[in-house]
Amino acid sequence: MNGAEAVMLEIQTHLRARAGESAIIGPDTNITRDLGLDSLAIMDFIFDLEDSFDISIPMERIAEVQTLADLAKAIEVLQKEAA
Amino acid sequence: MSSIFDKFAPLQEQHASLTALGRSPADIEFQEIISPTEATLNGKRTILMGTNNYLGLTFDDEAVEAAIESLRTEGTGTTGSRIANGSYDGHKELEKELAEFYGMRSAILFSTGYQANLGAIAALAGRDDYLLIDADSHASIYDACRLSDAQVIRFRHNDPQNLARKLERLEGTSGSKLIVVESIYSMLGDMAPLKEFIEIKKKYGAYLLIDEAHSLGVMGEKGRGLCEQTGLEDDVDFITGTFSKSIGTVGGFLVSNLPGLDIVRFVSRPYMFTASPPPSVVASARKTLSKIAGATDLRKKLWDNAGQLYNGLKAAGFELGPTLSPIVAIRLSDSEKAIALWNGLLDAGIYTNLALPPATPFGWYLLRSSISAAHTPEQIALAVDVCSTIGRELGLIAVSNRKNAEEMQVNGAKTLNGASEKRPFSTSEPESAVPTRAGAPVARA
Ligand SMILES: Cc1ncc(COP(=O)(O)O)c(C=O)c1O
Repeated sequence: MNGAEAVMLEIQTHLRARAGESAIIGPDTNITRDLGLDSLAIMDFIFDLEDSFDISIPMERIAEVQTLADLAKAIEVLQKEAA
Repeated sequence: MSSIFDKFAPLQEQHASLTALGRSPADIEFQEIISPTEATLNGKRTILMGTNNYLGLTFDDEAVEAAIESLRTEGTGTTGSRIANGSYDGHKELEKELAEFYGMRSAILFSTGYQANLGAIAALAGRDDYLLIDADSHASIYDACRLSDAQVIRFRHNDPQNLARKLERLEGTSGSKLIVVESIYSMLGDMAPLKEFIEIKKKYGAYLLIDEAHSLGVMGEKGRGLCEQTGLEDDVDFITGTFSKSIGTVGGFLVSNLPGLDIVRFVSRPYMFTASPPPSVVASARKTLSKIAGATDLRKKLWDNAGQLYNGLKAAGFELGPTLSPIVAIRLSDSEKAIALWNGLLDAGIYTNLALPPATPFGWYLLRSSISAAHTPEQIALAVDVCSTIGRELGLIAVSNRKNAEEMQVNGAKTLNGASEKRPFSTSEPESAVPTRAGAPVARA
């Protein structure tokens, strides 16, 4: 498993905890449209990810994210910047 | 054909469903303002329990007279910005008086509290800087972040550890770090753990700005707010505030003891590109501000009143915010019952604020009231009583809490007829009707 896959797997684990086991979760899943999560739930989900990856995700970065693939990519970039 | 308004369909739906259940908060209009605590709503005399008028000074004779005098001598408006023709003696004097009141070097006056946050935060934190804001921040703070060129990092609400972790990750970066918190949070009335935040700010060499919107006049021996009450004024770098609550008019400010604050006047767009407050507003703000330090009796009355409402509702079995403060919020998870309670109170002649997700923490539905020193014990007793009656009918609180609540009612309110009118709960309410996008600021109202 490469880094990108590991990031996606971790995202999916956190997302299932919030959106439910039955939520259809893939790279193209649109975070605001497809998961039935409101902006508060999404904020908490982002906090989970920050703890889990030990990074801070600035709001401007989140604003550019639409799909889970976008999110995974943003996290990878932030991890590299932090390293 | 598509319309530019199509994207607001979910919001329209929410508004329509609220209207169908009784009224929409956005449609409330008062006709006659009888006093700081009473107005007529569609002809009905209504007790105002959600106006932020903490000290009840909106009809203060001297403040009213000062405004009238100013209107006659200085006119109805300045018709210009602070950096052009909009600075009068009154504006400068008010700034001096604000600085003196806080015992700080300088103060800058803005046209509203919203603009003070926007103007202060966006000016102070520029490119290469970092803004660290509490997740439950007021909309004006979120909007300031959008206006600022700084990187914006949110920390969990009132969570010093989460803030510390985020500052730690920024170690080695060169930009300034500005932490932004509020004294009393406007939705639940909970307060920032200032001491812990200050320890962290010192450890990481960050700056701290606190919005004292809801604590000016309300907390501290002299009414300077949470910083005064906790004895931490020397450790706070910037304070913002508003005249729209305890001061009873409109306007906002930034104060600081740091030398060089005045440069903000040259870089802050919400300061430069809007008209300055009308001289009459400045005149009444000055008059009222001059009374804040000495308003000890009003503050005591305010907290007694807050205690009566908070403890009365708690004894009745309602779930409230975590701490006693002049903002008393009933937390509800059922939208229809929350709306029914809000409507029932209005039918009984009691106005509170209905706050809906996502403008509320944890997706709660909040019936928010802000208490005033001008409320009478009878008004508060009545509110607790009506709330409890409707709450029991709706199954929000247990019937067994009745005795408990009645014992709390030292002033023995009469039961209001009409409060028991049953409301239909048939219209379904969309869960989160406000459109969101990933990363959309979740600003509290
Ligand atoms: C915490 C907080 N900050 C700022 C403001 C804005 O104040 P103003 O009404 O003066 O724009 C408010 C009030 O809405 C507030 O609750």
